Amino acid sequence: MFSWDLLANAVVAGILLGGFYAAVSLGVSLTFGLLDVVNIAQPAFVILGAYAAYVMNSSFGLDPILTGLLFTPFFYVLGAVVYRIYYASFERRGDESLRGLVFFFGLLFIIEVSLSLTYGVDYRLVEAAYIGKSIDLGGVGIAFRLLVPCLVGLAMTLALYLFLSRTFYGRAVMGVSQDRVALRLMGANPVRIKTIAFGIGIAAASLSGALLITIAPVVPSTDRDYIGRVFAITVLGGLGSIGGTLAASIILGVAESLMATFFGPSWSLAVSFGILLLALAVRPAGLFGR
Amino acid sequence: MKTGGALVVAVAVIGGGILLAGLRVNPYLYFAGYVVLQYVVIATAWNILGGYAGYVNFGTPAFFALGAYTAIFLIEAFKAPLPVLILAGGLVSALLGLGIGYLTLRLKGVFFSIATLALSVVLQTLIINWDYVGGAKGFTLIRPSAPFFGNWGTLLFTVMVGLAVVAVLVARSIERSWIGRGLAALRDNEEAAECMGVPTLRLKLFATTISGFFLGVAGAPFPYYVTYVEPSSAFNLDYAVNALAMPMIGGTTTWIGPVIGAVLLGTAQQVATVTISSEMNLLVVGVVLVLFVVLAPEGITGLARRLRGR
Repeated sequence: MFSWDLLANAVVAGILLGGFYAAVSLGVSLTFGLLDVVNIAQPAFVILGAYAAYVMNSSFGLDPILTGLLFTPFFYVLGAVVYRIYYASFERRGDESLRGLVFFFGLLFIIEVSLSLTYGVDYRLVEAAYIGKSIDLGGVGIAFRLLVPCLVGLAMTLALYLFLSRTFYGRAVMGVSQDRVALRLMGANPVRIKTIAFGIGIAAASLSGALLITIAPVVPSTDRDYIGRVFAITVLGGLGSIGGTLAASIILGVAESLMATFFGPSWSLAVSFGILLLALAVRPAGLFGR
Repeated sequence: MKTGGALVVAVAVIGGGILLAGLRVNPYLYFAGYVVLQYVVIATAWNILGGYAGYVNFGTPAFFALGAYTAIFLIEAFKAPLPVLILAGGLVSALLGLGIGYLTLRLKGVFFSIATLALSVVLQTLIINWDYVGGAKGFTLIRPSAPFFGNWGTLLFTVMVGLAVVAVLVARSIERSWIGRGLAALRDNEEAAECMGVPTLRLKLFATTISGFFLGVAGAPFPYYVTYVEPSSAFNLDYAVNALAMPMIGGTTTWIGPVIGAVLLGTAQQVATVTISSEMNLLVVGVVLVLFVVLAPEGITGLARRLRGR
């Protein structure tokens, strides 16, 4: 069964998948890693983005990734509102961690069930010119439906990295994750900064949802698979490190792709959760922990 | 209520259950009643860890399904009778509980919760790939004729009444003993509790094991109840949400909270399933959960206490 061709194909597909995983994980890296908000509803927002892309694609023939980009302002506002509710109900009272977790778990469930009530539990997909095409590089096939999301994912990662390191607000977000009181002394309002950052995190879900539905058809319960992936990547990447998130995404993508190629796709999901469990049990600070 | 009084009430509830089973009313009522009682067991078991010790377990489906699949394995291998299945299902899940208890050494708070969620998926993948217990295509059970009451619906209903009463009694006695006080101390501040000489690790191991045991017990009769088990039904995320929502709605600090939550929410879900749709009832759970966590974090018992205090 083993062949070098198969191996090379699996590794390339895994790297491409990793670029996409980075896009999905950025939101959690930002909200959970930097802001300490246990946003486990992020995968549900990603699925929401995927359905937005599906609706615009099937009724207006709009390109899914363009839709994802167009919807980011709505998702930003949505994220800002969710954070304000979270802040008012949990953070201000100081019992954020566990009840906040339950809050986001409930939110995940509400989004998922609402989607399946509205659109049913059939697989939904989008159509675009590049889906289905591929190029062949000496026996290694590169499918465009994987390549495009990977490139967009890399661009998103770069954009977020530049935002966090170069802009005033980005540095303020880094500051709020380190020392809230010091930030306040510098004349910035931590709640406002966190609202902006959370909005950006959810806005990223709009675009990554569009990438998700470009890669494969989506059902409302797809978000469950991504909870483990996203948190495995975030923890492995060292909470809040953008470079670490990208590296961890590619590691996970390759590992899953190899597992699916050589042992069958039904095992590939166990890889992410297995890595997550291992990472949590052995090295909670992650590979690139601060 | 003294312990003697509680035992009298417990016996009365079991007696009432048997009487109800003897009445042979509409069979659907037993079918629905079983689910509500199953949730009483699940919510009570979850609350021993989540409510008393403050460790939020998202992996309820893992424990429930482990109980169910232990039962399937024993049916397949030895044609074991129901009491053996329940006990074995509980014990195997208790072992898993002990395992996650040791996990609490490294993982606190949020990380513990995420790890339990991951555990559920890993276990599901293992079961999907294990053909002996049906694998991905599921397991069909052909039930022998029921030994009592003439049919399985009423028999399983009665069994669940008994299990629910036992689970609640155990939770109640834990809550009122030094173990309950120790768990409450570590819920409020684990380091401080440890410094005051509370044996936190032993208490946490105890809580995860007992909680796992009863979650497994709730799952063990499941194959007999549905007669067809597939991984996605046994590992359903609905169990995780319900196990969390019911104690949160009822109130997590007392034994009566999960019971109130399970009876209210469980009954509401059964009514909604029949009258509206099964998806709608899940939406209701989600919305109610979020509303309670935002507006009434202490649940119904907390609200009642506040009203009485005034």
